[in-house]
Amino acid sequence: MTDSKSSKSTATGTRRIAIDPITRIEGHGKITLMLDSDNHIQEARLHIVEFRGFEKFIQGRPYWEVPFFVQRLCGICPVSHQLAAAKAVDQLAGINQLTPTATKLRRLLHFGQILQSHALHFFHLSSPDFLFGFGSDPMRRNIAGVLEKYPDIAMQGIKMRKYGQQIIEAITGKRVHGTGTLPGGMNRPLSQTWRDALLADIENVLQWSKNALRLNEQIHTEHPEHADFAMFHSNYLSLVDDTGALEFYHGGLRACDSGGTPIFDHQDYCDYRQILREEVRAWSYMKFPYLQQLGNDRGWYRVGPLARVNNCDAITTPLAEAARRRFKAFGGEGPVHNTLAYHWARMIEVLHCAESIQHLLHDNEITGTDLTAEKGDRRQQGIGVIEAPRGTLFHDYTVNDEGIITKANLIVSTTSNNQAMNESIRSVANQYLDGHEITEALLNHLEVAVRAYDPCLSCATHALGKMPLQVELLDAEGKLVHRLVKHGGAETRV
Amino acid sequence: MAERKLKIATTSLAGCFGCHMSFLDIDEKLMLLNDRIEFNRSPLTDIKQCSPSDIGLIEGGVCNADNVRVLREFRANCTILIAVGACAITGGVPAMRNYFDLRECLEEVYLNGTGVTNPQIPSDTELPLLLDKVYPVQEVVKIDYFLPGCPPSADAFLQLLVPQLDGQKPQLAADQLHYD
Ligand code: SF4
Repeated sequence: MTDSKSSKSTATGTRRIAIDPITRIEGHGKITLMLDSDNHIQEARLHIVEFRGFEKFIQGRPYWEVPFFVQRLCGICPVSHQLAAAKAVDQLAGINQLTPTATKLRRLLHFGQILQSHALHFFHLSSPDFLFGFGSDPMRRNIAGVLEKYPDIAMQGIKMRKYGQQIIEAITGKRVHGTGTLPGGMNRPLSQTWRDALLADIENVLQWSKNALRLNEQIHTEHPEHADFAMFHSNYLSLVDDTGALEFYHGGLRACDSGGTPIFDHQDYCDYRQILREEVRAWSYMKFPYLQQLGNDRGWYRVGPLARVNNCDAITTPLAEAARRRFKAFGGEGPVHNTLAYHWARMIEVLHCAESIQHLLHDNEITGTDLTAEKGDRRQQGIGVIEAPRGTLFHDYTVNDEGIITKANLIVSTTSNNQAMNESIRSVANQYLDGHEITEALLNHLEVAVRAYDPCLSCATHALGKMPLQVELLDAEGKLVHRLVKHGGAETRV
Repeated sequence: MAERKLKIATTSLAGCFGCHMSFLDIDEKLMLLNDRIEFNRSPLTDIKQCSPSDIGLIEGGVCNADNVRVLREFRANCTILIAVGACAITGGVPAMRNYFDLRECLEEVYLNGTGVTNPQIPSDTELPLLLDKVYPVQEVVKIDYFLPGCPPSADAFLQLLVPQLDGQKPQLAADQLHYD
């Protein structure tokens, strides 16, 4: 067992084991287990330990700055944040309809983002679990190990991610944290040079996406035991387009119950405040969202690739649609609830991205120069919702007459999976760890369950925490820089 | 004879992972580097505690007691410690909260937030102590090099690391000294 998978006994005879930090995910989180003397699991929790405070510190800033601040919550899906904020900003600027070129550029940008993020998640972070085994040597269980043992697979993943990043660079000027959106449009056209360069590689990207999908289909058919891993029934939430098809950039909200029956459908996302609430729990900085009409006990739901592929009636591109049908057939009646099927659904989406990118690059309007719509009457509230790689993302801003932000609310995708991730680790803890001697290999099973959601805990923690006791911050010379004093009731260790 | 691989540890403190993403933007060169470097503690590996390494890359500023602990762990184990990106060097966007009182920020999110049920400020002992302000890393430990940018480009990472493979000092071309 590695050191920081630490274990210590408490006065009551229960033993605490912490996996801290959870690795091969984006962001900061830890898992704690409480065990009795026979190693029976008393409690298993995923804690989100980091904070930002975005909702507060964005107050007082002009609204047009928001897309570029907010993307710095997350360097893995900055484009998702930029686009969700941009959609809200369009409303604040009184614009209902973008030009065809601007809409297509934003969609292309978003497909590039989902492609790179999904490739990163599967190849760089999760594939070692599947290629080497959940309990394999932890020193090799990483991308460097995959590069050595399976160079072809690793290189395809690296090149797929690269392609997505190049789309982002072509449209925003930089691969991470570029600029692209303006209130009501985009700030530069796609050059013919970039378009040609991207077209030159698209056939390869399609082939690699097919390979990635095949690899995932294989993993699931060859490992029937994956079906029960962290498996439980849940509700699902996602956007769908007017026809009920898979949609990433703009659509209505659809929630389905665990049998696949709609709870609501084609809901205008601007009404999300009537639909969703978020519960606060003392042990995590990440809130627990739920569907108001079902209450906090039964109303939690899952978002992301599994939710989207389960919820949609079709996918508009042929190869991904065929893949969706195979996925459905595998699951039988109703939604696929297997947590590890997130990876499979993710690769179906990768293929859809590659097909859609090809389609958009062949569209002559994509290099058009009519990029901004006329501004309308300014509004006081703007709500932008998109499907980020990890699921439905909500941005909500209120401004005053000067266009200064007075209130902000974000529900980031990973937050919506909070309850589900906790259910998953509880399920794995009970199935694999309960009553056993706890080893590193077993503990990695818990991380595998969390990784399936591709959690981005970097942006899930835009809130600020409390200071439970005194701490001193010393500088490099040991000089006191700052001292903090407790103002809550809780006892803690530093 | 196989050369000794350069050991590199990386971590993200109060950062957005964008600097790590930009490092991965070296793309195929990751394969070439793989022969010469070995990752120690990093979000990319399952090594959860830093052991003696040649280079430590720190993304993000310092916002809580955990960040302080990890930063010191890196300083104690890394021969050369490098602050990577605007957040590590200045605090960056997370340091925008320094203009507000901590309590106000907490209340905004957990008590007065839109659609909040069970309003309370999370206070479990598992949650690390938050600092009143977000600090740049050099205010907490000694830093050997600073790599600016938000994020630094993939080329900048290569210019920083490749000379060190041969025991040389890192060189940064003037066009890589940018701050966006
Ligand atoms: S410097 Fe920029 S890219 Fe790096 S962690 Fe900070 S916000 Fe993210």
